[in-house]
Amino acid sequence: MTQPSQTATPSPLASGSTKTGAFLEVRNLSVKFPTDDGVVSAVNGMDFTLERGQTLGIVGESGSGKSVTSQALMGLLKGTSAQVTGEALFQGKDLVTLPEAGMRQLRGRNIGMIFQDPLSALHPFYTVGHQIAEAYLVHNKASKKQARAAAVDMLGRVGIPSPDMRFDEYPHHFSGGMRQRAMIAMALICEPELLIADEPTTALDVTVQAQILDLMSELQQETNSALILITHDLGVVAEVCDDVLVMYGGQCVESGPVDEIFYDTRHPYTLGLLKSMPTLTTKSGRLNPIPGQPPSLLALPQGCIFSARCEYAALAGHGVCESQRPQFTSEDGHGTRCHLGLPQILSIRNPR
Amino acid sequence: MIRFILRRTGSLFLLLVAVSFITFTLFQFGPADPASAACGQECTPERVQEARVALGMDQPFLVQYVEYMRGLFSSRMIGAPGAESLCQWPCLGKSFQTNENVSDIIARSLPYTFSMAIGALVLWTLSGVGLGLLAALRKGSPTDKFIVGAASVGVSLPIPVTGLFLLLVFVNQFHLLPFTTNEINSPFGAQGPWAWLLNYLLPWIALAVLFSASYIRVTRTNMIETFGEDFIRTARAKGLAPRTVTFKHGVRAGITPVVTMLGMDIGLLLGGAVLTEQIFSVPGLGFTAVRAAISGDLPVTMAITMLAAFFVIVANVVVDLAYAAIDPRVRLQ
Repeated sequence: MTQPSQTATPSPLASGSTKTGAFLEVRNLSVKFPTDDGVVSAVNGMDFTLERGQTLGIVGESGSGKSVTSQALMGLLKGTSAQVTGEALFQGKDLVTLPEAGMRQLRGRNIGMIFQDPLSALHPFYTVGHQIAEAYLVHNKASKKQARAAAVDMLGRVGIPSPDMRFDEYPHHFSGGMRQRAMIAMALICEPELLIADEPTTALDVTVQAQILDLMSELQQETNSALILITHDLGVVAEVCDDVLVMYGGQCVESGPVDEIFYDTRHPYTLGLLKSMPTLTTKSGRLNPIPGQPPSLLALPQGCIFSARCEYAALAGHGVCESQRPQFTSEDGHGTRCHLGLPQILSIRNPR
Repeated sequence: MIRFILRRTGSLFLLLVAVSFITFTLFQFGPADPASAACGQECTPERVQEARVALGMDQPFLVQYVEYMRGLFSSRMIGAPGAESLCQWPCLGKSFQTNENVSDIIARSLPYTFSMAIGALVLWTLSGVGLGLLAALRKGSPTDKFIVGAASVGVSLPIPVTGLFLLLVFVNQFHLLPFTTNEINSPFGAQGPWAWLLNYLLPWIALAVLFSASYIRVTRTNMIETFGEDFIRTARAKGLAPRTVTFKHGVRAGITPVVTMLGMDIGLLLGGAVLTEQIFSVPGLGFTAVRAAISGDLPVTMAITMLAAFFVIVANVVVDLAYAAIDPRVRLQ
């Protein structure tokens, strides 16, 4: 399993790439939205790499730029007012500069996407089967009959009983979990090498969440695809991800292998996130939120984006957290963006 | 589905009864006196009474009403005792003015109204939905602003203004089009479809300017909303061509309010476009109804009012059926 560091060796499975490099390599990706009130900096200089067969979890609170990152990768921001800069090399092709027509060839066939709320993400006026077959027909020279067979087969693979009958039903006939299964079937019908799941389990109840996550992992192993899982649920991350990337204010504040993020946390924000998770052993009946509000993306602070909410900003001394943006430093694939040194972090984590 | 149609037919019948009763009452207690109008300039009280008997207006109000309604289901005798004549089913009475069968008058006027309505409908639907969609796709651009601006101008121009302006420019000034003639009332007539088209082109444009303005606005608003829906993003994420995303996924979902409007407007327009018919001298239902109302010609006014109500109600039923065809969620119940 390769690490998401710059020195990662390309997986032999990342064939089809014209340049030697990672399967997906994102460098300095930024997304800005000009609005009447000013420029909204939704994503500010994201870097990460991903190999086939791997799962990368992107976590962060609402408005941290998770979904915008995924939409930029899908090219869904092309043709809008959004300004996307940086590089996103997918099998050697830069998704940022690729024109819409070329991007369309990749969408659905090479990059699949699963959305948060399957009820609103599926078209209410077409049958579930029709929508899945449609995804198949765009990228395959096939007859309607073949497309139907492929869609029925896919519905079966995602665990929908009597798929041939369910093919002709509308999304409103399906339950929430079934709809998300159908959504997954639609995203996977062309067996994309990269799957982006944008909060795929948020709209589902907990028992169904586990089923959907299992299903996604299973299908990912079958096709050896890469998976980007966007979520704000750390439990989900711990369960299925190989690597984690923590986002705050449109920046990656910490990234690394899942175990290190959970057990060797290096950033105060990640620490705050982990502390805010309720556990069965928490003594007081109250949650432990991170105090304060996320920064306005219209006017990001000059220093560390998290400094205003950081309990430990004073530890760095000289007001450095408020005045200087920390660099992202990485060591053995575990990177963080913080002025505090490792000894200081360790003393915060294990107070005596 | 069959139950739905039966229920709607039942309510249609009840509505027609209500409409006819109200119209009948209005006439009964209104200031118009059809009898003195029918008897002409030199009239003695005796002649007025004679006319009243001939018109059946000496009977009590309810008897008159029931007698009138009976004609909708069977032929009946009409006229003063001793001078009765047969009124064939469907009997809508005889004109107080010309003693002509009302059903004949309606049959004569209807093709003109249909001719006006059909062309205007096609014109305003195409231009309204087309421009509204274009504005939605180019939201915020100069094209969008121009279309929205033109729509607000269009909706505030009354028919007499656009109608007279069109007549002045195209007929009087530049002689590009003939003045409307009442010899043409169908594209299948002796003069052929081309003459029909030229004859009705100006009324169509006048109506289309007025109607398409609101269609532009409704289409634009709804399409902008629809293009922001999650399922449009899904369609794009599948790699579908922009045309498929816009039309198959976008327009299909965003067009439903336009279908409702269309149904209402067709219903209204088939009842006669009074102003447009007046200005372009088209002897359609609206034109005939106005003349009948002024001269107190009760049977003609009644018949046209009921027909207009009938069209509106039928159009509503059709809209409901169209909804079920467009949106599978409506088929549930």
